[in-house]
Amino acid sequence: MSASVSGLAALTVDEIRKGLAARQFSAVELAQSALDSARAENPKTNAFLTFSDERARKAAQRADQMLAAGADPGPLAGVPLAVKDVIVTEGVRTTCGSRLLEHYVPPYDATAVRRLEQAGAVIIGKTNCDEFAMGSSNENSAYGPVHNPVALDRVSGGSSGGSAAAVAQGSVVASLGSDTGGSVRQPASFCGIVGVTPTYGRVSRYGLVAFASSLDHIAPFGRTVRDAALVLQSMAGRDECDATSAFAPVPDYLASLDGKLKGVKIGLPREYFDGLASETGDRIERGIATLRKLGCEVKEISLPATKYAVACYYIIATAEASSNLARYDGVRYTSRSESQTLGEMYRATRGAGFGAECKRRIMLGTYVLSHGYYDAYYLKAQKVRALITQDFKKAFEEVDAIVTPVSPFPAFKIGE
Amino acid sequence: MKLTEKDVRYVADLANLKLSDDEVARLAHDLDEILTHIDTLNELDTSDVQPMAQVLYDSGETATLREDVERPPLGNQAALANAPVAGSGYYKVPKVIER
Repeated sequence: MSASVSGLAALTVDEIRKGLAARQFSAVELAQSALDSARAENPKTNAFLTFSDERARKAAQRADQMLAAGADPGPLAGVPLAVKDVIVTEGVRTTCGSRLLEHYVPPYDATAVRRLEQAGAVIIGKTNCDEFAMGSSNENSAYGPVHNPVALDRVSGGSSGGSAAAVAQGSVVASLGSDTGGSVRQPASFCGIVGVTPTYGRVSRYGLVAFASSLDHIAPFGRTVRDAALVLQSMAGRDECDATSAFAPVPDYLASLDGKLKGVKIGLPREYFDGLASETGDRIERGIATLRKLGCEVKEISLPATKYAVACYYIIATAEASSNLARYDGVRYTSRSESQTLGEMYRATRGAGFGAECKRRIMLGTYVLSHGYYDAYYLKAQKVRALITQDFKKAFEEVDAIVTPVSPFPAFKIGE
Repeated sequence: MKLTEKDVRYVADLANLKLSDDEVARLAHDLDEILTHIDTLNELDTSDVQPMAQVLYDSGETATLREDVERPPLGNQAALANAPVAGSGYYKVPKVIER
């Protein structure tokens, strides 16, 4: 075991680049420190489900060799990274937080993973999450909840709780999560770090195990905005393996980090500020005061369809999930409950493999798509989605950005 | 009640899910509650609204077509590596057709 790299928990991507260039530490030492930290914290936080020592060592050695040869090792060279366990990694077990996939070892890498490794990142492991990303407290994982590193008796948030905790506890510099209805933004908020859910289509979902395809995003966590921007930069852009990935050119995110905020118009949608917990309200008021001090013009706006968003989401997300999760039938993905007939085998495998929340969502999704109900539910929800979108389009004619609390309350206690 | 236990069993059959009696009872209650909440959507008049399937970035009609070049496939062995039961290069399942 190598000597631990001092200050691992506070290192940024830029500091790693400088440290490697100055030979203060090697990428292999850094990877070992990250793995040691992740293993030491895991009995407390349960952030990791699988460690990828071998893969990390290879990536770190490659970075060290390139540095020694004077070559450019990439913008994320040596940066220890964790990946949510719904994003596939070749040769490294990917469970989706489900018993069904306890022994699933994917034969390929997600595009986001491949691009980050090409940029020099060192993936040290796969992180805990709600089963198939369904949840917002990480208590729906088949492998136990993630404990918030800031207060261990509290939830990490979810569904990307492990990825948020891995960054917050200082074991990795950044991580990947997935966000379908807040699953990166909310755990980032609960753990006190940065999470950026980019525009739909910005990051390829090739290799992201599908939950609700019209809403799924891959998104980064970091301790600083700059680190999250660097990770997003390295994985964003069109990918021919994902037909929904956007052709839009990728902007230089770092270039816009130092801009002036004077005169920027900020909208505060009043519907998002109802019934906030006092801690949450105080925090966001302080944030808004800072924006004002920096010269932003802050004004109240309205997004009137907000109260319908959750019902709309519940139809669209579960309908798409019921279809996407149909593939776990006992034929292809490691788990099977043996039965006499094919139909019995499907039903037994799925009945035994899925947890309660997955079953609930598969059932609701199947119901809203079933004969005679499609127009009343799925089509209706798609129309309401159009109304919600119109709200935002109208708002952005008035303001440059919208500021809201991520959640109406801070991280709650596990089991509450 | 919008949803009975009989409905739940019917939907579970469509979804290929084997449920215990306890699960059926709990789901009947849970789904009924959610469906009641979902009914709030009917407050909105959407008769003139075009449904929105997903977000798409404008691009040329043929933009998603790639060059027709051969690429190595995954390969039979790798594709079957996660099969619970495989043999002779195929997935194996319980007998479907009786001779």
